[in-house]
Amino acid sequence: MSTPAVALSGARLAYGDRVLWAGLDLEIAPGEFVAVLGPNGSGKTSLMRVLLGLQRLSAGTVRVAGSPPGRGNRHIGYIPQQRALDPTVAVRGRDLVGFGYDGHTWGLGLRGIGERRRRVDAALAAVGATAYAERPVGLLSGGEQQRLRVAQALVGDPSVLLCDEPLLSLDLAHQRAVSELIDGHRRANDSAVLFVTHEINPVLPLVDRVLYLVDGKFRIGSPDEVMTTETLSELYGTEVAVVRVRGQIHVVGTHSELCEDTAHHGTTPLPGATAHHGAAGHHGVTGHHLADH
Amino acid sequence: MDKLFDFELTARLLGYDFVLTALLVASVLGLLAGVLGPLIVSRNMAFSVHGTSELALTGGAAALLLGWDVGNGALAGAIVAALVLGLLSRRSSDYDSVIGVVLAFGLGLGVLMLWLYKGRASNKFGLLTGQIVGQDFASVALLSGCAIVVLGLLAALYRPLLFASVDPEVAKARGVPTTALALVFAVMVGAATALGVRTVGSLLVLALMVTPAAAACRITASPLRATLLAVLFAEVSAVGGIILSLAPGAPVSAFVTAISFLIYLVCWVVSRARRTRVSAA
Repeated sequence: MSTPAVALSGARLAYGDRVLWAGLDLEIAPGEFVAVLGPNGSGKTSLMRVLLGLQRLSAGTVRVAGSPPGRGNRHIGYIPQQRALDPTVAVRGRDLVGFGYDGHTWGLGLRGIGERRRRVDAALAAVGATAYAERPVGLLSGGEQQRLRVAQALVGDPSVLLCDEPLLSLDLAHQRAVSELIDGHRRANDSAVLFVTHEINPVLPLVDRVLYLVDGKFRIGSPDEVMTTETLSELYGTEVAVVRVRGQIHVVGTHSELCEDTAHHGTTPLPGATAHHGAAGHHGVTGHHLADH
Repeated sequence: MDKLFDFELTARLLGYDFVLTALLVASVLGLLAGVLGPLIVSRNMAFSVHGTSELALTGGAAALLLGWDVGNGALAGAIVAALVLGLLSRRSSDYDSVIGVVLAFGLGLGVLMLWLYKGRASNKFGLLTGQIVGQDFASVALLSGCAIVVLGLLAALYRPLLFASVDPEVAKARGVPTTALALVFAVMVGAATALGVRTVGSLLVLALMVTPAAAACRITASPLRATLLAVLFAEVSAVGGIILSLAPGAPVSAFVTAISFLIYLVCWVVSRARRTRVSAA
């Protein structure tokens, strides 16, 4: 087998007394799609920061694309949480994508400008953003900006894709489009994908393994192994029910009021792409309370 | 004011060496300001440029009191101010208020030092409005030398700097040293600001460093075009302002600020008209 895309061994991350996770051993193979789930504050984003070299482990080792984190960033494509860009910012969609290609290298970038243009054009076309590539990014819609984010992450042909809640605040059609783009790149380039999300359903058909983090504990395995009433009840330290409805997974906590965004329940979902993965997994505070019992 | 369009007088004055030197200084400053401007605007640093330029006055006052060269004092003051302001995170919500706090204290110190100075400060202290006419060879050489260093640095740092300015989160994730770049850029801006202060004065630094770039960013989203337009606007304002001020013998500041403001207004109207057209379509 080739070098793992991501290799964590005995990894521990703690802020003072608070241990986010410990004893984490995880090897992600090229081409593998791993979803990272868990309540807010369980250390999903911190895991991303560790892999990007922005946060040091308290113990254990980590390697990304065969290098220590931070050094291997050339091989990483990063899709940040969907957040609107400043409307006054004076760059075009094309420039945002270009940053992903060579924004980190020194100089004016006059050499190789033709190749750069070709690659950026191809990435824009792949996400269907050619039509608005010349417009100021700040004036684009959230969905359009997120497509550009995907193109920005893919243009450098990364061997590891780190996606931090890339579907947040996108509507169902855009959630589906963005996850298919990420999956298409993974299949074409044999890239590993680490996908932080609080809703597994939009990406459920793509997921090979799940890393489920709850209050210092975690489980790794296929969705069928992890997303069960037994496993999650044990993880949360209280009774949670995992319900499968029409190919989707819903995690239901013991308290019905945990489901705040019930609007999603009523909607007829697109196949494999709906919202709401559930109460216990969704609401961080609840997760902690449950685990304290 | 009836002399404003006395072209014969203007042409005659343009023949003098000191006027030509002033034009040279203005065009070097315009180039620097135009190139740095779009980055200043996209990093939301207008207020920090303002703070830096005012703190250059404090540096100048300190130099006067200590018997050093006022211009070098202004340069030192601006660079110290730029470093202090550059160390603050520009994303933090109290960024603006911290600049206000530092600025007020710095100016207070400046006033105190001018009071302590026993000579006649006003004779030597033209930093508020600058003294573009009467630049000696040394200051022209210093300005040009600094401009070459700043432009060279900018050429080397341009791509990561733009990345970090526009998209800091992803830039950091891609391994761009955003904090170090912020500091280097702050010092570059500080140096350019201080050179602006000793020639065109504190009042005009904003007119050259911010207004042309803000105007350019109104009408184009292409970083290259924004930079070219900002340089063009800054040159028109600086050089045009001096030439217009010659015949009436009026302060340069008034003309430079008026021209750059006019350019900004035109760009604002153009961008408004375009946006309405886009949303109507």
